[in-house]
This record gives sequence, C-alpha cells and structure tokens, in this order.
Amino acid sequence: MLEFPRWKYVLVTLVVLIGVLFALPNLFGDDPALQVERKNRAPMDDFARQSIEDLLHKQNIAIKRDFIDSGRLVLAFGDVASQLKARDTVDATLSDVDRAALANASRAPAWMRKIGLKAMPLGLDLRGGLYLLYQVDLQGAVGQLLESYEQSFRRALNEAKLPFTDITTLGGGGGIANGLRVTLPDGADAVATEAALRKVDVNLKFTSGSGASGAAIDMILTPAQIKAREDYALEQNRTTLTNRVNELGVSEPIVQRQGLDRIIVQLPGVQNSAEVKDLLGKVATLELRLADTQNNALQAQQSGHAPLGTKLYKREDGSPILLKREVIVTGDELTSATSTTSTEGPAVSIKLDARGADSMLRTTRLNVGKPMAVVYIEKSRRQVEVNGQKVDRDSTSEKVINVATIRGVFGPQFQVTGLSSGEARDLSLMLRSGSLAAPVEVVEERAIGPSLGQDNIDKGVRALEIGMLAVFVFMALYYHAFGLVADAVLLANVILLTALLSMLHAALSLPGIAGIILTVGIAVDANVLIYERIREELRNGVSPQAAIRAGFDKAFSAIADSNVTALIAGLSLWVIGTGAIRSFAIVLTLGIATSMFTSLLGSRALITLIYGGRRRVAQLSIG
Amino acid sequence: MEFFHRATSFPFMSTRRVWYGLSIVLILISLVSLATRGLNLGVDFTGGVTVQATFPAAANRDAVITALTAAGYADPQVTMFGTSREIAIRLPPTRQSTEEVRGRIDQILHGIDAGATIQQVEVVGPQIGGELQRSATQALIATLLLIFGYIAVRFHTWRLSLGAILAVLHDPILVLGAFSLTRTPFDLTVVAAMLAVIGYSLNDTVVVFDRIRERFHTGRRLDPVTVLDQSINQTLSRTIMTKVVTLIVVVALYALGGPVLRGFSEALIIGIVAGTYSSIYISSAVALDCGLRAEHLLATAAKKPLDDLP
Repeated sequence: MLEFPRWKYVLVTLVVLIGVLFALPNLFGDDPALQVERKNRAPMDDFARQSIEDLLHKQNIAIKRDFIDSGRLVLAFGDVASQLKARDTVDATLSDVDRAALANASRAPAWMRKIGLKAMPLGLDLRGGLYLLYQVDLQGAVGQLLESYEQSFRRALNEAKLPFTDITTLGGGGGIANGLRVTLPDGADAVATEAALRKVDVNLKFTSGSGASGAAIDMILTPAQIKAREDYALEQNRTTLTNRVNELGVSEPIVQRQGLDRIIVQLPGVQNSAEVKDLLGKVATLELRLADTQNNALQAQQSGHAPLGTKLYKREDGSPILLKREVIVTGDELTSATSTTSTEGPAVSIKLDARGADSMLRTTRLNVGKPMAVVYIEKSRRQVEVNGQKVDRDSTSEKVINVATIRGVFGPQFQVTGLSSGEARDLSLMLRSGSLAAPVEVVEERAIGPSLGQDNIDKGVRALEIGMLAVFVFMALYYHAFGLVADAVLLANVILLTALLSMLHAALSLPGIAGIILTVGIAVDANVLIYERIREELRNGVSPQAAIRAGFDKAFSAIADSNVTALIAGLSLWVIGTGAIRSFAIVLTLGIATSMFTSLLGSRALITLIYGGRRRVAQLSIG
Repeated sequence: MEFFHRATSFPFMSTRRVWYGLSIVLILISLVSLATRGLNLGVDFTGGVTVQATFPAAANRDAVITALTAAGYADPQVTMFGTSREIAIRLPPTRQSTEEVRGRIDQILHGIDAGATIQQVEVVGPQIGGELQRSATQALIATLLLIFGYIAVRFHTWRLSLGAILAVLHDPILVLGAFSLTRTPFDLTVVAAMLAVIGYSLNDTVVVFDRIRERFHTGRRLDPVTVLDQSINQTLSRTIMTKVVTLIVVVALYALGGPVLRGFSEALIIGIVAGTYSSIYISSAVALDCGLRAEHLLATAAKKPLDDLP
C-alpha cells in the first residue's frame, strides 16, 4: 500500500482547478477593438454607449459586441478595417470630452471579464508598437537645486547685511557639482554668516573652509540629499510622461522607471514616433495668480472680453473663471510639491525658492481670505508642412487646475488643503510636472511592426507546440504509464505557469518564451530524476511499491537542490537584470515554483492513485 | 525503452587529465577568437540602427547596399533575414530618430522595388551598449557568488562549489567562442539563452553532487575516485534523458522558430552539449583534484539533511 494524505490530493486538485480557471482566458484570442473613455476619467454610461452605437450603425460599421469595462466603453469589431473606420468616425464626431484608442478585446465570455480574469498581455516584440527610452539629466537636476540655494543664500545674506565676496559651485568627485562655497572678505563674521545661511534650510550641512581668496563657508549636499533630489526629478519626469501618454489615448501603455536615470515608455500599436515624441516632449509650466472676485466670469465669457486687469481662463470642467493679470509665482520658483496629510485632511505641501517666497509673502500679506488659482500651461512644438516646407509651430494651452482661499500670511512653504486624497495627489503631480523639470532625452527608440510581431509569435508558438508534442510522445514511449503521468504533470505545469503570468499581468515576450522552454526542461528533469530512481530501485530487486516510495524520497534532495540553485539564479537575475534578462528571469522563477509543485505533489498524487490502492503490484509500467 | 539496460561503470575519473586538456584547448581557442575576432555584436550592445524590411520578390542585396551608400549611409550591412524576401539593414549610430530613418530608408527601398515594406526600425543610443554589458556582468557575478555560497552551505565544502562554478563558467565561454568563430549575430536573446545554459549546467552538476553526497553517506570507506565514478554512472541515464528531451524542444525551435529565435536556439544547443560534458568531466573532477574526501561532506553527518518528503 502506498499512502498519500487526502489533504494533499485536495490541494493538488484545487490548485490545478484554479490554474485552469486563470489560464482559460488565454485560449480565446482577441478581436480588434476601440476603447472610448472620458478625458476626465468619469465612467461611460449606457446613454453614451447608445449614442456611439447609433453613430456607427449609421455608418454601416458592424459592431461585434460592446461592453463597459472599468469606466471605458469597449467596442469589438470583426476585422481591422472596420476598427479603423470606426476610429475615424468616432474621432471626427465625438466631443472633446471623449477620446478613442485602438485596442484588443478578448473573446473570452463576459463572466470571465467580470470576475477579473484576463489573458496575459503580449510584449511589444510580439505585438508591435513603439518603445522609447528616456534618459533624465540628474546632474542637471542637482544643478538646479544648487542654483536655487545660491539665490536664497544671496538674498539671506543681503537681508542680514552680511558681506560676502562671491558664491560659487563646488565640484564633488568626477567634476559633478554637489555644493556651494560662500567666500568672505577679510574680517567678515563667519559665525554670523553661517547662522544666517543655516536659516535658509536647517537640513543643510555647513563647514568652514578656506578658498583661494581667504575664508569661506562650504555647503556640501549629503549623499542622501542628492539622492532625494534625483529621485524627485525622476519621479517628476515619470509622472509628466505618464500624464502625456494618457492623453495619447493608447490602450495599455507602460511608463516605468528603469535603473537610476531612465524611463521606459512602451506604446503598443503605435507606429508614428514623430507625433508621439512631439506630444511627450511638451514643456509645462505653472503660474499662481489671484482670482478676481469683483466681476462675473460668465458675463465675460459671453461678451468675449475680460474686464480691465483680469484675464479669462477655463477650469478643468470647462467653466470660466477670471484671474488677476499679475503673476505671483511661476513654476520656476517652485522647488517641490508633495501630497501629504495635514491636520485638516489630505493636502499638498509646496516649497518655493527665495524669489517666489518673497513675492508670496508680499501678496498674502495683503490678500488673506481671497482666492488664489493655479494655472497650468503647456507649450508644444510640432512640425507641420506648409507649402512643402517643414515649419515648427508652437501651441500653448492654459487651464486653471486649482482654486484655494488664502488663509494666512506665508512665505517659502505652505499647504493647499480642502482636497480629497485623490485630488491632492493629482494636484501635486500637476504642480511637479509644471515646475522645473530635469531635462530628458531619448536614448533608444524602437518601432516594431505589427506584422513582424504576428509572424514572430506564430512561428515561436508553433515551434513550441511541436517541440512539446514531441516531448510528450517521447516520454510516453520511454516511460510508458509513468511517461503519461509525466505528460499530465507537464501539461499542468504549463497551465499553472500561464495562470501565474496572467494573474500577475506579466507581458509575454520572446525571452519569456525562452524561459518557458527552460522551465519545461526543468519540469521534465524532475520527473526523470524520480523515474530513474524508481528504475534503479527495481534493478536492485526492491518491490514495486517500495521502489516508488524510495524513488520519490531519494530523488527529493536532488530535485530540491537543483531547483533551489536555479531559483537563486532566476531571482538574482530578476532583481538585477533589466529588459530581456528580466522578462526571462520572471518566467524562469515562476516556472521553477510551478515545476516543483507539480512534480513533487502532482506526480506523486497520480502515481499513488494508480498503484497505491492495490495490495500487491507485480510490475510497474515504467518502460 | 532504456538508454542503458544495465548499470554502467565507465571509469570517468581516471581519464580526467585528457578531458582537462580538451577543455583547456577549447577554452583557449574560444578566448583567442574572442580576443582577436570579437563578437558580432547586435545594436543592443553597440548602438546603431537596424531596419527590417520585406520585398515582394527576392531582394537584391547588392542593389540595396549601393543605394544606401549612395544616399550617404556609410558602411551599411545588409543580410538576408530568414527568407530571401526579408532583409535586415544595419547602420552605424546616428542622431536621426526612427521616424527620419524610416522615411529615408523607405524612399531608398521604394526606389529599388515599389512593393518593399519596412517592418521594424530600431535606433539604439551608443551609451546603452556599454551599460548593458556592465549590468549583465554584474548580474552574472552576483549570481555566481550566491550559487557558490549555496552549494558550500548545502554540501559542506567549498571544493564542490569551486567545481560547480568552473563548470558553469566553462559552458558560456564555449558558447561565446562558437559565436565568435562563426560570426553569428550576438544579441539580447542570446544572452537570455546563455543564462538558460548556465541554469541547465548547474542543474546537472547539482544532481551529480547530490548523488556524491549520498554515496559518501552509504559507503564512507570508499575512496573518492570510486564514489565519483559511481555517482556519475548512476545518474548517467538521467543526464542523457533530460538532455535529449530539452534538445527536442530546442531543435524544434531552431528549425521552426524563424530567424528571430535562430541565435537563441543555437546558443542553447551548443550550451546544452557543453553543459552535459562539463557536469560529467569538469565539476566533479575539479572537486576531486582539490582533495575532496568523504569527511568533507560528512562533517555534520550527525545532522540529518532536510530530506523529509511531504
């Protein structure tokens, strides 16, 4: 008799069933589709759905099916031609609150979508699209910070009437600026000067040194301060890019940090890089202005001109608002904006440089209780052809993103309160993308054609299928009944791996397919180890059932050690590697986990089921 | 069906000097070729431009090169990519964007054949390449150190760790050497394949080590040479079986996977063969020559290994 605890049977059955469920959506494939959403992210309703359906019916475009998925209307079509025609129709007719993006809609039944089951997405190398790698100039970001401190230092010393000769930047290791030097004339009060400088920012570290021309006070940024500034700059650029990418109306875009100073942008299905780079390369800035409370904005909008000393703006929801012409603070003067939680709930904490703080102090002193608005300005430059000549054309868009009441007199640091936590986050992101951004440049660009992608995946998948089939046949020939068990286990392994990748929504790319092949090898190996051990025991004259038991027991340490070693390799590549290496490592790591589970538990469960119940087994069908 | 009907007893260890010699010769050839010929690195590593295009009929390679040179692209490399209708164009690094490159090449190709279509354009900045090599090397070194540590802990001796690491280094060097000798394009998918090769090689080595540990436990009086020979022989049919199965998949990929997977599957085939050899002849033999004896593995024999089955 062989024994295998009942709870383990239950566990194996349960895991395989869940695996099948999660892997299932991958079987259905997808249709070309159009995804329509509101620009302000408000969910689409049935009314909007009906009107778009009617619109397409009028144009004789057949909709295969449509549904609303997480606030977006998804329309699936029978072929790419009607998808493109529908996009053009919708684009031409829709009001500017909506935008349409080309997408793929899974053919899986609606209930799967409703409970969140999704097929794993394909990587850009398999479905085509545009890949951009941006490099962020972190040195420039630190330089900006130093520049703003330099200004503040000059102002602080002038105000305190302390003499100084000059303020210069200091080069750290490798000629990269990381500090400032304030040189003092003979007989200057170094202690008082340092105290005055310290007031600018209490977190700064000062040391007294000696410059070429006499006494000096040095401020060197700590590595932590530099790191914080770099992180801030990178995060700021990432958010700006994310916002812009969302405006492109591409389905499932990816904007990700990579390494220390890079940002990856992946846009599936996009081919025209010039247009995209124009949009992503927009320059944003901010202005803080007082709102005008004496005149009627609606009236101004209707008449078309704003009263003297004011300017007419639109809020994000389209309603008009009048602002004073004087600008209090511009984006250049903003040094940081972060969302925090204050005593009054979610808030955005804003820091200004010396110039901005000065102006803010003067304004708030006179205007407590009055509303102040944040204007977001975006300038873009795109090439247009005029009479066959390429001409750069600049365009500017301005909108009011926040209006808050001034509650007191403040200078370099203040908070905007009265927001929901989502609003606080959005506002801080917008403020950041509108304040001084570290310069970015494109260092890598790939435009992958969709047909090549299709060809890649067809060939790769077919090769994989044929290879797997050959393995199945070979295993059955070599190990007979045990080979069939190994086949079942192998199949379960592929299903579980697919399920895990779908659950994690990890994109499948070519290196990922490489990982699957290695995983298949490892899964087969585990079974081979067990079966060879059983054969060995049988050769030594052990009874069949004892041979099975000994086979599993003795093979365990070999399987565990070899898999753990591979797992170490997989995890370390997952953590350290990027791009292709990383996608390979993800599949490998998950594959080893599923392979250990299926061969140690699944295989044993099946074999115990076949041979365990009988009192005596005369012979094993193991080839 | 079985590869070996009876237990084999090949005297692997007694011939190890011959195999050391062979390995050293192969590694030397690989290193010399790497030093003198180098690798045919893809744009992933060097930076530059690749364009893949399809022609309606067989493409005229010389015409494409002439047209590109005439258009001011210095030293274009044009290779057939899979079929005679598909070509890959390789250009040195440029400041042009993919859009500009696509536009110009499109024009040039249309001049040769109006039906030519561009499938893919890649522009990789030169700074990416060096970094990629650095980060790949870092990943590799970290991984090897971790594995050295794991084996030293699990098997209680650095001698086996050293054998495993040497075997693991052996295989990718041979793959690199083969790619250098044949001038096969070396891109990121080949790096992924080399990582897989390292994985396989380790897997094999550890399985043999596991058997060595077990043999020392049952017969601690046996001399190391006998134990190592027995261990390799006893795991031999498993080694070959696993390799055959993996090769089936990889050969299918090589034959049917299309040009994109060609370099990848080639690296795997070479690496799997080399890995089988190295896990038999290199890893255990190195440990033996480092003075591996039963007591190294049995240092903590009183403690039962964690082999309680679920």
